[in-house]
Amino acid sequence: MSSTHKISETISVQLQTNKKIGLCKGLNVKNKKLKQLDETNWKPYSIFWQNMQVFIYIAAFIINLMLPTVQEVEVTIYRIFLGIVILFLIVRYRLTSYSETIKAKNNHEAQLYFAIGVIISIWDIVTTKFNILPLPFFPSFAQILQVMREDYITLLVSTAYSLRLLVIGFTVGTVTGLVTGILIGWYKQWNYWLLPIIKIMGVIPAVAWIPVLMFIFPSSFYAQIFLIVLCVWFPVAYMTCSGIQNIQKSYFEAARTLGANESYLVFKIAIPGAMPSIFTGIYTATGVSFATLIVSEMIGAKAGLGWYINWAKGWSNYAKVYASIIVMAIIFSLVMAVIYKMRDKVLIWQKGLLK
Amino acid sequence: MTVLEEKRAGKIKIKEVHRTYTDSSGNEIEALQGINLEINQGEFVSLIGPSGCGKTTLMRLIAGLDEPQSGKLYLDDEVIAGTNYERGYVFQQANLFPWETIENNIGAGLKARKIFKQRKGEVEHYIKVAGLVGFEKSYPHQVSGGMAQRASLVRALINNPKVLLLDEPLGALDSFTRYDLQDKLIEMWQERKTTMILVTHDVDEAVYLSDRIVIMSPRPGRIEEVVEVKLERPRARNDERFLKLRTEILEKLHLVSNIKPPDFSI
Ligand SMILES: Nc1ncnc2c1ncn2[C@@H]1O[C@H](COP(=O)(O)OP(=O)(O)O)[C@@H](O)[C@H]1O
Ligand SMILES: [Mg+2]
Repeated sequence: MSSTHKISETISVQLQTNKKIGLCKGLNVKNKKLKQLDETNWKPYSIFWQNMQVFIYIAAFIINLMLPTVQEVEVTIYRIFLGIVILFLIVRYRLTSYSETIKAKNNHEAQLYFAIGVIISIWDIVTTKFNILPLPFFPSFAQILQVMREDYITLLVSTAYSLRLLVIGFTVGTVTGLVTGILIGWYKQWNYWLLPIIKIMGVIPAVAWIPVLMFIFPSSFYAQIFLIVLCVWFPVAYMTCSGIQNIQKSYFEAARTLGANESYLVFKIAIPGAMPSIFTGIYTATGVSFATLIVSEMIGAKAGLGWYINWAKGWSNYAKVYASIIVMAIIFSLVMAVIYKMRDKVLIWQKGLLK
Repeated sequence: MTVLEEKRAGKIKIKEVHRTYTDSSGNEIEALQGINLEINQGEFVSLIGPSGCGKTTLMRLIAGLDEPQSGKLYLDDEVIAGTNYERGYVFQQANLFPWETIENNIGAGLKARKIFKQRKGEVEHYIKVAGLVGFEKSYPHQVSGGMAQRASLVRALINNPKVLLLDEPLGALDSFTRYDLQDKLIEMWQERKTTMILVTHDVDEAVYLSDRIVIMSPRPGRIEEVVEVKLERPRARNDERFLKLRTEILEKLHLVSNIKPPDFSI
């Protein structure tokens, strides 16, 4: 009985110390948060730039309105675009009095928005207003927006086709990559037979297989899926394998002395321990898969953003080429953002561990 | 302590154990040569000796993380082959899984043995025992070294092993935390009478905790002498007999051949 009493006593003492530590920790976290805010939004506070970022777009609007348009172009969409940007910036400026985060962000990004405004104005001047840049290779921003508006259905359909390929190919590639990576990272026999294949296949750009795949697969759709699977599979498999092999041995040993069987070692030690490395593989795969997707669509497909670029080029409609490039930039950034979000969720245990 | 099962302790028998390693340049290192040792149920035994004398090797053999080239090891007259939760291991570095929270690290043994659902409540109990309330959802890198080591200790204890192997678990801690954990260890041991085998390089720690102290010597690694500690518990570190025994062991370790112990007799 007395020993239990003693235990509870030590526990309560420890609890108190813990509480203190907890308190310090809380403070630390708070400080860190404040500091981090400063780190990301480090530009000094400036009302001047916050105003300038709005004025430059108003100026761009006035330039477009006042100077005579010499190129043949529909400028309404361009003006609506400028109007939306101005509205957005004003609304955000208004919101700064309600949120510190928005305030910091609005101030930090002001110079960037200003610079973009300057570029758009100059672009407008040297194209629609003075016709200095050679057509059709360098169309005005207004014209790009115009073809986006006119051709949005084809663009949307092309985007949908590309996304379908990307999502299917990427998912299948990641899953097969994970499975092979685990097999070759865990079993010696699999490693012996598969690793050389992966090493050789890995250095061949997937698109080099296009001529072969054209007659192996019944349709270009499956050939394209296969290509994306191939180019995603390699980096994911390789990084999964090396991730597993680089895990500290002592974690496996600790698990074994705790009574772990093989499936525990694989699913609770090997895979979570290899996750940082797996995500490195997935990043590499993402970049490569964008390239493979577009190239494969340019060469052998009848749909998709890659096809759209090629088709527009055939008609010398460079405004459409730029339009699809802009769509690509937006779509691929979104895909990247989704993967980053997933990484942050899965690797939450690394937060603060690595600088 | 309702969550505890029956008290379980195991008897370890080590017979003529040899273990030789080949180092990177091809030289043979006799990490252990002809080791014979019996450790009784519920006994607290320390292994002490200069670094490289095979303490960790012996512990790994008992844990089943490694195999002897000749000789056998037994737990309760059964030959040890491979790892088993009956022989828990606490490593020098806390060795917690960095991707699991403190809570999940402590419950790892139950999960590994697929009995987590039935015995979930024990995790909470051991979090309290380890003084980690409020840190359940923290990750290992977010807690102090002492906390991590306490978590590592209860992670092994939650399996209620017959033998607990402690390989310098307190070596990396500051002395205040170390004293604190030594008392915690004694408490847990007295409560459940698990057989404890502790590796330490701290003579003071060995005398304070053990029933017997095994002194080992290197190249080849072997047992030099086994010293019984006949001091009643709880022990006082400044007790005359304590200090005398401490000096004796230090002398045996040839570490303090010409340093006299402090004289308290006036
Ligand atoms: N895996 C191994 N490979 C090669 N040599 C080893 C290995 N493990 C231990 N040794 C050697 O065996 C001897 C005993 O090591 P160890 O048991 O770790 O000693 P201690 O724990 O007493 O410091 C040392 O000389 C060490 O270098
Ligand atoms: Mg050692």
